[in-house]
Amino acid sequence: MTMDGLNTTGPRRPRRRFAALTATLAIGALALSACAESQRGDDAAAEGDVDSTFIFAASADPASLDPAFASDGESFRVSRQIFEGLVGVEAGTPDPEPLLAESWEQSDDGLSYTFQLKDGVTFHDDTSFNAEAVCANFDRWYNWEGVQQASSVSYYYNSLFKGFADSPENAVYESCAVDDELTATVNLREPFAGFIAALSLPAFAMQSPTALEEYDADGVSGTPEAPVLSSYATEHPVGTGPFEFVSWENGQQIELTAYEDYWGEQGQVQDIIFRVIDDPTTRRQSLEAGDIDGYDLVAPADTASLADKGFNIMARDPFTILYLGFNQEIEELADIKVRQAFAHAIDKDALIAQTLPEGTKPALQFIPDSVNGYNDDVTEYEYDPEKAKDLLAEAGYEDGFEIDFNYPTGVSRPYMPTPEQVFSNISAQLEEVGITVNPQPNKWSPDYLDRIQGGPDHGIHLLGWTGDYNDTDNFVGVHFGTPKEDFGFENQELFDKLAEARGIPDVDEQTPLYEEINADIVDFLPVLPLAHPAPSLGFSPRVESYPVSPVNDEVFNQIVLSE
Amino acid sequence: MLRTIGKRLALLVPTLFGLSLLLFLWVRSLPGGPATALLGDKATPEAVAQVNRLYGFDKPFIEQYLTYMGKLLTGDFGVSLRTGRPVLDEFATRFPATLELTAIALVFAVGLGIPLGYWAAKHVGRWQDQFSVFLSLGGVVIPVFFLAFILKWIFAIRLGWFPTDGRQNPRINATHVTDYYVLDGFLTQEWDAAWDAFMHLVLPGIALGTIPLAIIVRITRASVLEVVNADYVRTARAKGISATLIRNRFVLRNAMLPVTTTIGLQLGLLISGAVLTETVFAFNGIGRFLRDAIFYLDYPVLQGFIIFIAVIYSLINLLVDVSYNLIDPRVRVQ
Repeated sequence: MTMDGLNTTGPRRPRRRFAALTATLAIGALALSACAESQRGDDAAAEGDVDSTFIFAASADPASLDPAFASDGESFRVSRQIFEGLVGVEAGTPDPEPLLAESWEQSDDGLSYTFQLKDGVTFHDDTSFNAEAVCANFDRWYNWEGVQQASSVSYYYNSLFKGFADSPENAVYESCAVDDELTATVNLREPFAGFIAALSLPAFAMQSPTALEEYDADGVSGTPEAPVLSSYATEHPVGTGPFEFVSWENGQQIELTAYEDYWGEQGQVQDIIFRVIDDPTTRRQSLEAGDIDGYDLVAPADTASLADKGFNIMARDPFTILYLGFNQEIEELADIKVRQAFAHAIDKDALIAQTLPEGTKPALQFIPDSVNGYNDDVTEYEYDPEKAKDLLAEAGYEDGFEIDFNYPTGVSRPYMPTPEQVFSNISAQLEEVGITVNPQPNKWSPDYLDRIQGGPDHGIHLLGWTGDYNDTDNFVGVHFGTPKEDFGFENQELFDKLAEARGIPDVDEQTPLYEEINADIVDFLPVLPLAHPAPSLGFSPRVESYPVSPVNDEVFNQIVLSE
Repeated sequence: MLRTIGKRLALLVPTLFGLSLLLFLWVRSLPGGPATALLGDKATPEAVAQVNRLYGFDKPFIEQYLTYMGKLLTGDFGVSLRTGRPVLDEFATRFPATLELTAIALVFAVGLGIPLGYWAAKHVGRWQDQFSVFLSLGGVVIPVFFLAFILKWIFAIRLGWFPTDGRQNPRINATHVTDYYVLDGFLTQEWDAAWDAFMHLVLPGIALGTIPLAIIVRITRASVLEVVNADYVRTARAKGISATLIRNRFVLRNAMLPVTTTIGLQLGLLISGAVLTETVFAFNGIGRFLRDAIFYLDYPVLQGFIIFIAVIYSLINLLVDVSYNLIDPRVRVQ
């Protein structure tokens, strides 16, 4: 078969035309990109030799721009730029320090706190920050009703201040009084030693009362499972922080810009863009390609290679705990000897070296050493597989046994960047002493937590915790203060001690009791503390310094850029 | 012609009606029903009952369906469980992105596919032909996801010629008028923004367009070969009509008929294929949103989006038939 007729004339012209088109496009492209380049260059020069736009990759959209209705890290990352609380966090530590309040005084009975406020602070909508604004915020939280009270909506107020105006018998908060323009007194119904530290949480940041009203901030509709937030929480957040809100393109990016009348130092960064990139590999690639300036939770496997290529890797001081949970509903695990055998079977140093980021510390107890009540003298279960085998034999399991091992998939948490790797590592170690593992991988969302916390149907499991603020109860009380499906045990003595510790109004007075509790927990072994992983952040070489904080209190006006 | 279009549009109504019924049944057949999908399978019976009451899942099926359809007809597609925003808004903000991406993929697939197919037919049995066949085989065999990843790794990360992800460089202060970023760049005469948005489309566009490209190459090749050997072409050649005229008037025009159908069908597939490409390139279109909806069992979004896609698919099919009519008078007569 031939196509001679077609062959004789046709083909050349189109080819030439195609070539010409390609050339035109290419030249056009070069010209345009050159022009784009030069424009960017000029902008940078005008603003003090650095590109003042800082692009940070977020792993998801924030749940809410109103931090009082948020509990997730991505929401707080954004709200920390826009809002400030009465209490802040001392740089590089989890400890509280004055922020919008210059100082405070606690009454002798521990029930009243009088805050002296910073002068000359304004909200982004020009409303003055004063004692009235403080009381407006406290009263707002206290007077929530209906859906607003759901713990999925107002998680932190719920869990720390317990009750609302319509159920005052449970409430920790009582009232707020304006003493003068810059003095406010908050009265509590019962002593709450963690009160000041809790106020450093972004959820208790000060918001502009006028904006809250104007945009109907409390107008939450929908259901507790699927709340529909107000336009305040999606388009008009107004705080006193160094950056004000510009725009939020859902699923794409959030833009903030420097607030001109900020009371403090503005810093080099004038515009922040939080790009939403949910895939960890894509975040790394974007950094490598120069499309973003930084991202959080760098995978342990990537830290060395990124550092080799000249990127800045920074690690937060660990304020986390990764543990192996024991479900005592399971017969074998109810035996303390078996739990001790697990403790001796696992080589934490090997686990850390092989699966966790640089800077991770092995965990001997449930809290990191920066938290009040850390006990230097707790029982230590050194790595000793032979001893583990002996303990199993003593418990009647000479030939070992088989057990379900639940672990999450499709997730990266600050305390566990790669759950699958941690699982395989521990499984191999357990097999060494004769414990056969039956893998139970569960998707993090929506299955894993439901499986672990919603019923008794699980074996040993991997989970962890990142502290919200410096409070011992936030670690041990949350986990071991009441019976929980996670661990399936009743230990009234422990529950009572934790309740007692929480009720002591003074942090220093709490210390001896918490030290005792921490030793008890290590002896009782409801979980095996594995490590305090240090979450890593990756930055482009132009980022000279970044205010890494164990509790993620990282405000971008403190970033130092070199170009 | 108008009557045909009218008839086809009228046919769309029962089709969508049936589809919505199927979808509605499907969502309600999820293990434990939608309340469980929402709360997880460890939810307490009280919580399940509460959700059922809130969403009206405790009402008779027919009543639920009629309520849903009633809302649907007034443009109320419900609220996304994950983002708390109306499904319609979520769709509207993301659709331009996907359409832009699909357009580029189609331009790539058609613009390269037809010449390549023609080239192969012209050199049938020679290396050019084998090369085209090999290329199109590769296009079909390589998974979109993998290709997207490879393209990104080579051209965005190693060579740095293209951006790695997203729709626009955030450092460019672009004004958005229509949410079609390239078009916006032209409308506002922000040339660098238009160029940047275009560059963001190239790699995902190629990844997405490769399968249609491969198919178009093969269909064009086969179709051209068939027409070239047809009697009327031989007659035309015997009459001494110029080769250019034969190519343009006889061969290409007739060979384009099956190709048009293919392009139409591919367009529908492109929109659903965007799920993978948009994920790799963190491209904020309906594909990525649909993936998240599946992941979180966000069933108002699933229901709404699938109906949207069905409407679009049906309209494209209608468009294909109309263009068929325009290209081939024989179809009109029939």
